[in-house]
Amino acid sequence: MSLHRITLTINGVHERVDVPSNMTLLQMLREKLALTGTKNGCAAGECGACTVLWNGEAVNSCMVLAVECDGGEVVTVEGLAHDHQLDPIQQALLDAGGVQCGFCTPGVLISARALLDRNPRPAEAEIRDALVGNLCRCTGYQRIIEAVQAAAQADAPARA
Amino acid sequence: MVTPHPGLPEFDYVKPASLAEASRFLAEHAGEARPFSGGTDTFVRMRDGFWKDKYLVDVKHLDGLNTLTFDRAGGLTIGAAVNLNRLSAAPEVRAHYPVLAEAAHTVASYQLRSRATLAGNVCNASPAGDTVGACLVLEGELLVHGVDGARREPLTGFFRGPGKTALKPGDIVTALHFPVPPAGHAARYLKLGRNAIGDLAIVGVTALGYRDPQAPSGYRFRIALASVAPTPLRAAQAERLLAEKPLGEAVLREAAEAAMAAARPIDDVRGGAHYRRLMVRNLTRQALTDVWQRLAS
Repeated sequence: MSLHRITLTINGVHERVDVPSNMTLLQMLREKLALTGTKNGCAAGECGACTVLWNGEAVNSCMVLAVECDGGEVVTVEGLAHDHQLDPIQQALLDAGGVQCGFCTPGVLISARALLDRNPRPAEAEIRDALVGNLCRCTGYQRIIEAVQAAAQADAPARA
Repeated sequence: MVTPHPGLPEFDYVKPASLAEASRFLAEHAGEARPFSGGTDTFVRMRDGFWKDKYLVDVKHLDGLNTLTFDRAGGLTIGAAVNLNRLSAAPEVRAHYPVLAEAAHTVASYQLRSRATLAGNVCNASPAGDTVGACLVLEGELLVHGVDGARREPLTGFFRGPGKTALKPGDIVTALHFPVPPAGHAARYLKLGRNAIGDLAIVGVTALGYRDPQAPSGYRFRIALASVAPTPLRAAQAERLLAEKPLGEAVLREAAEAAMAAARPIDDVRGGAHYRRLMVRNLTRQALTDVWQRLAS
């Protein structure tokens, strides 16, 4: 099986990685780069625990080959906070009590960030729709939804 | 014993420079190579051991696969690598082919739709494919690049069984094309899943209707059924009834019964055959009523 040398930007850092053809983006993040914030849940594109931003779009990183990311840009949960300041969606999820066991949280944060980037003032139905692919066994979702609403409010002045 | 989350089996990733090169490679390695774009079905099949290809051929960067074009004379062409989020948000699609946008939006989740494509959903040839009903009622066709060059492949007759299509080794679907739909048409996709959103269809019914003075009833309808036969299908007898008999609640009910008779469902994990048949009838009646009311208003 062939090895591919790829270069890409991960959380703003330029990386050069050798990856076999069958390595997923998720495996590369966790096993080659020790970015274990991104979780491996179902490995079939259903649970959303492995959600990352790839070229600005939310994807299941278990459903992307690492080799496909050559030349691209990836943001994981580790890349959300800046200058010791949590992203508004991270702070909102903490404040709302939207984190219990935490396994789904990295994926939820990325999906919510992607939603707010493309739709800064989502309606509740749009939030639920955007998070369909992020399964949570603990919270019952309500506090997650409230956190995204709060983050949209918190984002607003920053964008003004 | 199946490992719960094995990695992908070994294969070589191939990224050809042109469609000709890709077709040649796929034909030379018939049975052991397969084209992919988003991989959302391919990777799962590979991981679960159903597909054992030695080569996965990435085609999404190739000529024309990323374009979405519309004009009022020629219709809509959707490149095979255009993902479902882009498709369902495209103003041209929402304005002129809303049922396609609606169906695309019901596929799985946002993250999956960032990768999944219309061409992939069609080529996967699942009887349950969410977008296939819309493709059938909009009378789409496939643009295919094969070893002998480009050709067109109508959707009628394309599906040969679960996972089986008319494609030959070396074939790459480059786009789907849809003619301009009938003026003033209305259409609806009704999907029954185990939950409201995100799941596969237990039954999917797509109905499209339009006024046609040539038809005895003054209307024509197209009805496609998903998840209730080895392939997605059009309910021809129901369509005939609706063109011939003066429309009213009784005829819509009769057409829904005819659609139910066309279904040949199986029992599976998502639903029983008997239940599916009844749901075909109910959803067809619901979709037809909705379309008819919109046409009449």
